[in-house]
Amino acid sequence: MHTKHIASLTFIAATAVATTGALRHPRPATGSISGTVTYTGTMPKMKPIDMAKEPSCAAQHKSPVMTESAVAGPSNSLEDVVVYISAGDQGSAPATTAARYDQRGCQYVPHVALLQVNQPLEIYNDDKTAHNIHPLAKQNAEWNKSQPPGAPPLKETFAKAEFIPVKCNIHPWMHGYFAVLNTSHATQSGEDGTFSLKGLPPGKYTVTAWQERFGAQSQEVTVGNGDTPKVNFVFKATPY
Amino acid sequence: MKAQTRLMTVLAVAGLLAMTSGSAADLGAQMAQGAGNAKSGEASYKRYCVGCHGPQGDGRGENAQWIEPKPRDFTEALFKCRSTPTGTLPTDNDLFQAVTRGFVTTNMPPWRPLTVDTRQNLVAYIKTFSPKWRSQAPGTPITIPAETPVTTASILHGRQLFQRVECWKCHGPAGRADGPAASTLTDSKDRPILPYNFSTGTRFKCGSTNTDMYRVIMTGLDGTPMPSFADQLQPNDTWDLVHFLRTLQPAHSPESVVWTPYRQAHASELPVLGADAPAEISPTDSATPPPTPAPPTTTP
Repeated sequence: MHTKHIASLTFIAATAVATTGALRHPRPATGSISGTVTYTGTMPKMKPIDMAKEPSCAAQHKSPVMTESAVAGPSNSLEDVVVYISAGDQGSAPATTAARYDQRGCQYVPHVALLQVNQPLEIYNDDKTAHNIHPLAKQNAEWNKSQPPGAPPLKETFAKAEFIPVKCNIHPWMHGYFAVLNTSHATQSGEDGTFSLKGLPPGKYTVTAWQERFGAQSQEVTVGNGDTPKVNFVFKATPY
Repeated sequence: MKAQTRLMTVLAVAGLLAMTSGSAADLGAQMAQGAGNAKSGEASYKRYCVGCHGPQGDGRGENAQWIEPKPRDFTEALFKCRSTPTGTLPTDNDLFQAVTRGFVTTNMPPWRPLTVDTRQNLVAYIKTFSPKWRSQAPGTPITIPAETPVTTASILHGRQLFQRVECWKCHGPAGRADGPAASTLTDSKDRPILPYNFSTGTRFKCGSTNTDMYRVIMTGLDGTPMPSFADQLQPNDTWDLVHFLRTLQPAHSPESVVWTPYRQAHASELPVLGADAPAEISPTDSATPPPTPAPPTTTP
């Protein structure tokens, strides 16, 4: 990435180790993979959520909150799709900064949390109601912890790569995901469906796009010296 | 041939003796980790367990379709009654106690009539259905400190905690399983599940003592909506909560002896619980610092 810039700042042991390696064997310029995620077919209708059972949350939303399992943007673009390098990653530094996951207004913010394996995750309850956070993991451990209002953040990690559905049993409309990945080269498509994976050294990569309702797709891409190849994903949307 | 038959008879009689004497003597028997023999357990499983839990251990035996709640799916290695923290595997003894105790209000009977050895072997065999048992060690059992005395103060504090950590959202303000979230609860397989109704009895699936209640609150019931409160409650708080929960039950107990006269004498002073609870014990209050106490008076 910004090798010279980072190397000039002599702090953080992990970064220093990673970058000195890079300095000794200077690598060619890194490339990036970018593209757009779109859909064909009929999108499922997102439904308004009735939070009447939780007045403290209902009061936080002026207009009804919609479900978020498939969010479309302008011109058939698909938002919030996780795009990541599923094969060919030439070394991702372990993530040291904690990811943040909020329970706010009886919703998960963000809807999908991007995590690296063993990356610390801090789960906050910003609401005036208790939540129970219940990741329905299969590869990792399935646990279920209560977090009453005002409780300190829960600090968790996940050791295996997995897309983990998360739910709150008290508020059955609350659904989210922890996308636990083996790579740091991961992103989510924006409101216009575009994404960009930066800082990729030359090599052959498999890029995977994952959407919670429509599944996963992969494409193979070769990144040359400083290349910026384009990859587009098209999901087949079904209304149900 | 004749000798063989005689030997079989002797063995059968010995076995029967072991069973009858064993069932009385093994009350409170504990299982050491790894004490069972899976190979021996397989035969017993196919005799006693397969009808409900199925040959694959996935809880889809031929009786399963008639049973509610459904038999446990051992392939997920997800168990309600554990001495270990949420998200960890139970100990062999946890499973052994579950097999021995059975589960009240379900079709799982107590298997105490089987010998200790048989039950231990069954536990070992049950653990062959999920690869998790080969890659993970069981969790470290939680420590349960000595129970605090049952006092009015303890019960009153437990009552506040019941409101503050929002037990009532599922269990209902009076523990009648009628909280606002009760009707929409589902287990980890998306099947409807009911919260425990404290007003109908004194028995729990994971044992009936106060210590058993304490353990359930701190470990949670994995695979169900019941979360662990280990990060949220201090040990003394949990005992207070246990003492209050006992007062919701229709039985004579040390807690009811203390609480019933108090409640009758102070009925009008007790704040209501649930959605209509006053601000001083409602959850919104806990996020703000408690009111500063009045300065101590210096008068003698």
